[in-house]
Amino acid sequence: MELATPHAPADASAQASRGWIRVENLSVRFTSRHEEVLAVDDASIEVKPGEFVTIIGPSGCGKSTLLNVVAGFIKGNDGCVTVDGVPVDGPSIQRGVVFQQYSLFPWLSVRQNVEFGLKMKGMRRFARESSARTLLGLAGLLAFENHYPDQLSGGMKQRVGIVRALATSPQVLLMDEPFGALDAQTRVVMQEILTNMWQRFRLSVLFITHDIDEAIFLSDRIYVMTARPGRIKAEIKVDLPRPRTAEMTSSPAFATLVQQLRQLIREESLAAMGTELHDGALGGFATEVGPGGVCNIVNG
Amino acid sequence: MLTAHKLESFDADKALEETHLEAQIIPIAEPAAAPPLAQPLARPPAVVKRRARGIAPRTLLTWLLSALSLTILITAWHFAVKYKLDFYIRFNNIPSPEAVFDDATSLFGNARFQRHVGLSLRRILAGFSVAAVLAIPIGLLLGRNRVARELIFPALEILRPIPAIAWVPMSIMLWPSNEVSIVFITFLGSFFPILLNTIQGVQSLDKVLVRAARSLGASRVALFWHVVLPGSLPHVFTGLTIGMGVAWVSLIAAEMISGQFGIGYFTWEAYSLVRYSEIVLGMIVIGVLGLVCSGVIRLVGGWLMPWAARQNQELS
Ligand SMILES: Nc1ncnc2c1ncn2[C@@H]1O[C@H](COP(=O)(O)OP(=O)(O)OP(=O)(O)O)[C@@H](O)[C@H]1O
Ligand SMILES: [Mg+2]
Repeated sequence: MELATPHAPADASAQASRGWIRVENLSVRFTSRHEEVLAVDDASIEVKPGEFVTIIGPSGCGKSTLLNVVAGFIKGNDGCVTVDGVPVDGPSIQRGVVFQQYSLFPWLSVRQNVEFGLKMKGMRRFARESSARTLLGLAGLLAFENHYPDQLSGGMKQRVGIVRALATSPQVLLMDEPFGALDAQTRVVMQEILTNMWQRFRLSVLFITHDIDEAIFLSDRIYVMTARPGRIKAEIKVDLPRPRTAEMTSSPAFATLVQQLRQLIREESLAAMGTELHDGALGGFATEVGPGGVCNIVNG
Repeated sequence: MLTAHKLESFDADKALEETHLEAQIIPIAEPAAAPPLAQPLARPPAVVKRRARGIAPRTLLTWLLSALSLTILITAWHFAVKYKLDFYIRFNNIPSPEAVFDDATSLFGNARFQRHVGLSLRRILAGFSVAAVLAIPIGLLLGRNRVARELIFPALEILRPIPAIAWVPMSIMLWPSNEVSIVFITFLGSFFPILLNTIQGVQSLDKVLVRAARSLGASRVALFWHVVLPGSLPHVFTGLTIGMGVAWVSLIAAEMISGQFGIGYFTWEAYSLVRYSEIVLGMIVIGVLGLVCSGVIRLVGGWLMPWAARQNQELS
């Protein structure tokens, strides 16, 4: 059966040089009435064009803060954030954002939500509608185009959120725990949809999650953050072949990665909860290479 | 990457067709790699139908109960008058429902009465419209702009607790004619509820919606028109509904105190002239007019906010 291929291959390689996120030595402090919170401490990360990168870390470690700086919603106190070499200064249509909470405009129908960015661009109504329909079709939401967000399930809302962020053809997609509120089955479906979208649109994705399996299943690389103040503790390369399938999650390579990530995150979660760990466990984490060089850990 | 232009040229019809034919597969760049979509394309749920079917008996019951409720009220009134109930509250001079009904038929055709009603409606319309036209933009501004809020709000906070009726003497001194001062009282009554609810609507707008809009390329102006305004509309309409109620309260009081015409004056005059059934008629007309006015606001609200109307439907 013929499948639609919207891009010529030449186009894809031209696009491949865009959507390059670099965060260098970023620190973010929040000053409240009584205390100063160091939310992100000297973090450096990179997302290469077309790469899928995940940040994982305990709750409250500064993941959203880091993502919000890249999105341009807040400013860092130190360091430098650039996309394609241009310093980030405020939100931009080049950087689509999918939020942790539901963020659809309740007064707009599903299709109008997807059209929003195109409308801001000044695109004509007819062109807008057909673009939105095409995208909604890809996400299996066409039948709901005239529904209001309140009439959708949680998974559908997040799918619309992703489609809305993609509608303006951003080079970068920033996703802050987009599936956090979904049940396990819906999550798996959403991961597959996201992978499809990512490959189709050749985006650079910066993704945040709590879920180790999700991180491995989706990512090319994973950054592990420490408990507050959030630093980059480790960087893990996921060399599993693509396309990834559900069966892969039970492969030994996958299991090794899960094991390693679990260990790294367990330490941080314990630290986040204030539990004392003896120095050996925290300081000297060995650089273990999995069977067949599947992964390597770089201490942060 | 897809640009807007390319997205257009991408054959939409074909994509539509595909979503029907291949409900199970999302087409991707490498066809062989497409994992089956576990969730088939869902159809809109059949909830709508079920709800529609559920409404009929419910509405019937609602109507029956409403009719029953009114019947009880009128019957109680009837017997209280008939037996001249005098048990701290006195029904000695109160006209019976039958007497009121008889008077009503002749009164409603009366030009003098129609003029009273017409004038009251005109005052409400003027006072309320001016209040809405001023309070909504000011509220939106104060909700958005901190400096403006801190500059203007303290002055408003001092004026706000003063009931509109307390303004009657001052209002007569301030304005050139009696008519304008009554409209002013009506305006005052509705201004503050509309203003405060609008401010609250703007401030309770979810920050994530603002962020979403900004990352979708909304300029400051677009943000205001496409996010702040629709986002605070439900609160604005709450303010309008409350404001309309307070406008009527203020109007009637002002008319009773200082008016020469209007339904409030008519009711008060009926008392002075010992036309007891006209008192009751005046009250009923005031009630019905208030009801109609807030009904109109709700209608406009439902028309402007179809998304909120749906929510209400589910609640009822
Ligand atoms: N606006 C703010 N003012 C003050 N402190 C803040 C603010 N936003 C975040 N913080 C603090 O910064 C730290 C990091 O917050 P952040 O939301 O980035 O965490 P997170 O990693 O996204 O957590 P979660 O996984 O629970 O979403 C937290 O300790 C939080 O209390
Ligand atoms: Mg977060």
